[in-house]
Amino acid sequence: MAAKEAVAVAEPKKKSATPKVDAESMATRQRDISVSEFFAKNRHLLGFDNPRKAMLTTIKEAVDNSLDACEEAGILPEIAVIIEDLEPTRPASAKSSRYRVTVVDNGPGIVRKQVENIFGRLLYGSKFHRLKMSRGQQGIGISAAGMYGLITTGRPMAIFTKPKAGQPTHHIELAMNTKTNRAEVTFDKEVKDFPPDRLRKLSAGTRALAEQSGFLTATEFPTGTSVSIELDGKYQRGRGSVDEFLELTAIANPHARIVFVPPTRVTEDDEPDVLTAAEASAAAVAKVTTETNGVIVFPRGVHELPRETKEIQPHPKGIELGILLQMLKDYEATEKGGTLFKFLQDCFCRVSASTASGMCEAIGLTSRTKVADVGPPQAEKLFKVFQESKLAPPPTDCLAPIGVRQLLAGMLKGVRAEFYAASSREADVYRGRPFQIEAAIAFGGELPGDETARVIRFANRVPLLFQQSACSSFKAVSETGWKNYNLSQPRGGIPVGPLVIMIHMASVWVPFTSESKEAIADYDEIRKEMKLALMECGRKLGTYLRKRQRMRREGLRRDVFERYIGEIAKAVHAIMGADPKAIYDALLEQANARTAVADQVLDEDGKVIKDEEPSGPDDDGVLIVHDAIAPAVAQLSSTPFAPLDFGNSNKKQASQAGATAKGATRQPRGTGDAPSRSKGKSKPDAAASPKRTAKQAPESAARAELRARAAKAASRKPGGGKPSNDGPRLF
Amino acid sequence: MAKQKTPSAPARTKKERDAATEKKIVTLATDVAKRSLAGHEPTVRVPTRTKSNTLWNKKKGILQMGPAAQERGLFNLSQAKSFMQTMLHSSSIKDLIAAEKTLSLRGMFYKGLHTVAGTKEKTFADQDESDGILEDLEVSLAALREELHIFAKKAGTMVGNITIIDSGDEIDCRRMGSGGYAIPSIVEPDVIKFKKCDAKFVLHVEKNTVWSRFNEDRFWEKHNCILTEGGGQPPRGVRRLLRRLNEELGLPVYCLLDCDPWGHYIYSVIKQGSISLAFESERLAIPDVKYLGIRASDYRTCGLSDDVQIALNDTDIKRAKEIAAYPWFQGHKGWQREIDGMLNNGFKMEVESLITKDISYVTETYVPQRLKAKDWLD
Repeated sequence: MAAKEAVAVAEPKKKSATPKVDAESMATRQRDISVSEFFAKNRHLLGFDNPRKAMLTTIKEAVDNSLDACEEAGILPEIAVIIEDLEPTRPASAKSSRYRVTVVDNGPGIVRKQVENIFGRLLYGSKFHRLKMSRGQQGIGISAAGMYGLITTGRPMAIFTKPKAGQPTHHIELAMNTKTNRAEVTFDKEVKDFPPDRLRKLSAGTRALAEQSGFLTATEFPTGTSVSIELDGKYQRGRGSVDEFLELTAIANPHARIVFVPPTRVTEDDEPDVLTAAEASAAAVAKVTTETNGVIVFPRGVHELPRETKEIQPHPKGIELGILLQMLKDYEATEKGGTLFKFLQDCFCRVSASTASGMCEAIGLTSRTKVADVGPPQAEKLFKVFQESKLAPPPTDCLAPIGVRQLLAGMLKGVRAEFYAASSREADVYRGRPFQIEAAIAFGGELPGDETARVIRFANRVPLLFQQSACSSFKAVSETGWKNYNLSQPRGGIPVGPLVIMIHMASVWVPFTSESKEAIADYDEIRKEMKLALMECGRKLGTYLRKRQRMRREGLRRDVFERYIGEIAKAVHAIMGADPKAIYDALLEQANARTAVADQVLDEDGKVIKDEEPSGPDDDGVLIVHDAIAPAVAQLSSTPFAPLDFGNSNKKQASQAGATAKGATRQPRGTGDAPSRSKGKSKPDAAASPKRTAKQAPESAARAELRARAAKAASRKPGGGKPSNDGPRLF
Repeated sequence: MAKQKTPSAPARTKKERDAATEKKIVTLATDVAKRSLAGHEPTVRVPTRTKSNTLWNKKKGILQMGPAAQERGLFNLSQAKSFMQTMLHSSSIKDLIAAEKTLSLRGMFYKGLHTVAGTKEKTFADQDESDGILEDLEVSLAALREELHIFAKKAGTMVGNITIIDSGDEIDCRRMGSGGYAIPSIVEPDVIKFKKCDAKFVLHVEKNTVWSRFNEDRFWEKHNCILTEGGGQPPRGVRRLLRRLNEELGLPVYCLLDCDPWGHYIYSVIKQGSISLAFESERLAIPDVKYLGIRASDYRTCGLSDDVQIALNDTDIKRAKEIAAYPWFQGHKGWQREIDGMLNNGFKMEVESLITKDISYVTETYVPQRLKAKDWLD
């Protein structure tokens, strides 16, 4: 009846010029919104706000997926990122251009029937429903990138995937139907070409590298996936660029080898002889980041995968009532007649048999009570019991932190500083989800001293490049009292000084503020841990700065003593005829012993890497490149000192040798003196001068070698970083 | 009567003294050398010349140096330089003794002055630094300044009924014209001998201007006395000479000083010794010295005009209270009254204020009256 009436009412509306709107007419227009439609309209939520960011997001999603896939399959990641400029002739003023982005990995590949789901549907993935640390979470990323490409260029995404070595490769092209959130296959063929040969022949750089087996070699890619997306984008270096993303990714993932082919306007007929075979061969095997003929290689620093992470069950304290109800329902559905006792143990972590029975009793049920008999009131009671019970925090083997050594190695590689400190906190829990915070700081050296500190952020090894100020880590940095560590800090702001701060959050579920995964949500537990990690680093820095100050002070003290010793020796000699040299040497020895602090860290040919001591994983996480300190010290020591000449040059040398033999090497301190010496009137000191000049050169070979050695020292440890001497490309 | 050459001062005692001083210096240096070679920090023991280390010897009525001393070490950042300077000056003094010459404080500054080898730093920044080191050396070697062959600049004048022999030259202090005899800084018996003295007392005035007034009026002749001045706080030479006149010739010493805290302090120094030279009090202090004036009550008793008043400022008041609290003044009712009187007046008066009465009022009336009436503080 009601339906008839409704029709009757609806009829005249169609005829009327200004149709009346009522619930029924509205109902005709009320329909499902496809998730893909939603995100197609709101693509900024996913990080496709502008052409440049769209390009970055596309690459980021593809690389994240590749790394996740490789690690899960236990394969050392070998990733190629290729950007082709499809409109090389466009005017230089164009705001965007059409590019083809291709990411190739040597992962396990994808079985044919899953290809459409993975690449053609939003919110489809393996990572959403489990509690395990991984880069991807929601199953949006790569399909959204394909959708963006399709919307802006009309071109489907091309996928080559080879799930089994020796088997053919699937070449599939997919266009997403945003209305249905389903992929439409526009091309599907089996080919033998993997990795696609075309990619090796893109430019002189890729050709040369490929000839040296350094680029997309078939043997290195027995299985794998290649994704190509054509999109309207913009390639531009600098902050928030693809380059920065890859560099930071390389820092946080030293086990991956990444080759990056940025776009060149000349793609076809470039000069073949610009790169010699020797150069290409060097680039193919180089241990440091190299850029040859436009191709950038981030080499693999360690040959071990990060610790295998375990999937965990939710922690009782980490769920909400509604979810508990749903879980009870699901359990009943799968385990017909299952008991509550069993449910608690099966579906949650950290619930033992005794805790489970304790919980059953606490809500007035027995351990034999069936799940089906647990009504909503009992469930609510159970939920309360969850909150009140004392449970061990969730297991942390689901987390794979980067580790102090690797943090240091990564920082050392990317930041030219004099002091590095890192700390890795114990795992903690927010909303029942375990997470672990790591922080590292680099100070001094070549970092600009008058700018606010640079904060680099990672979540599950993925660099976060945007929305810094919305990020919990940013708040943690500004809330940390850096003034306590001798740094200047504007009220409630980021500290100012030669400082780079790195924060990494590892978690089974990183709470991002948005789907584009740019900032970590500001949970108190998370921010607290971040602050504690930063404070740990800050304390190390403070200690170091104080120690350095003390060193300088002692150095100055020694200068003072040494200055007067000669006069005293002479006067004593004049009064009672004692051997002035003997007195001079004796006093100099005392002076050196009394100011031994000045030598403390200088003895070890210019550097001390404290974490080389076999003190286990929780060592003090400090790395000092003493070579970088020299300029700072030079400013302080204004009075050059030359040992007293008793009119006998042999004596003088002997006395100096005596001082040196005592282990109090004056040479390194001389480095500090050197600039001021050359500025003022320099005292010729034949024995020392060659060494000094070598150290004086600002970017000398000695320094580069030092750095490389320090990097090597760090990378020797399990999971160390890879050394690089190509300078601060991004910092 | 011109100066008359007499045989030089007894060379033997001087030689003996020099030998003793030299031995002290060598001991000091040997100790430094020994400690250095043995791997110990070389130090010099310097008795502390501070108020806290100055003791009031009530029985003797003088200030004496206490037992506190500071070990001046090379490896103490604040002492390293002064240690070096101490050694430099020790060496210089040894040179002076060997050459049988004396130098002024300024001369010593230049003798020790050079650039520290290998630096641009000078051994002494200024003469004050050098003077301080020499004073330290005096106390640490327990040697008098003259024994170190150092003299201060002359700042004191004498005239009166006495004949002395200064470095072999006979000097008749009755015939010193308007300038007077300049008292040297070293007045030990081997330098100055008293040949003939008719004077019955010594009148010490604060300043040269006042002294000139007395000299012009031939006060010393009329009253048969010796007239001295010390240019403000008298230097050691003057104090030592006063002490010798007092001790060896038994002459009472009267002071005519300004009525202000500074004048009171000068009296205190002459009487008890000073904090910085407490170690020499035994040789310098004159416990029975008398304070003749100017007294706070003189404004009234002499009928001075308002114009002579100089208001006490805060520093003066503070200083006056400090002086009143000195142990040797504290129990002295006369002095407490005197200082209270000045504070109650609220102003100070200079000796010259008496000129407002008459040009020669001070020489003809004021001092003779006081002496006759034995109106003084002691």
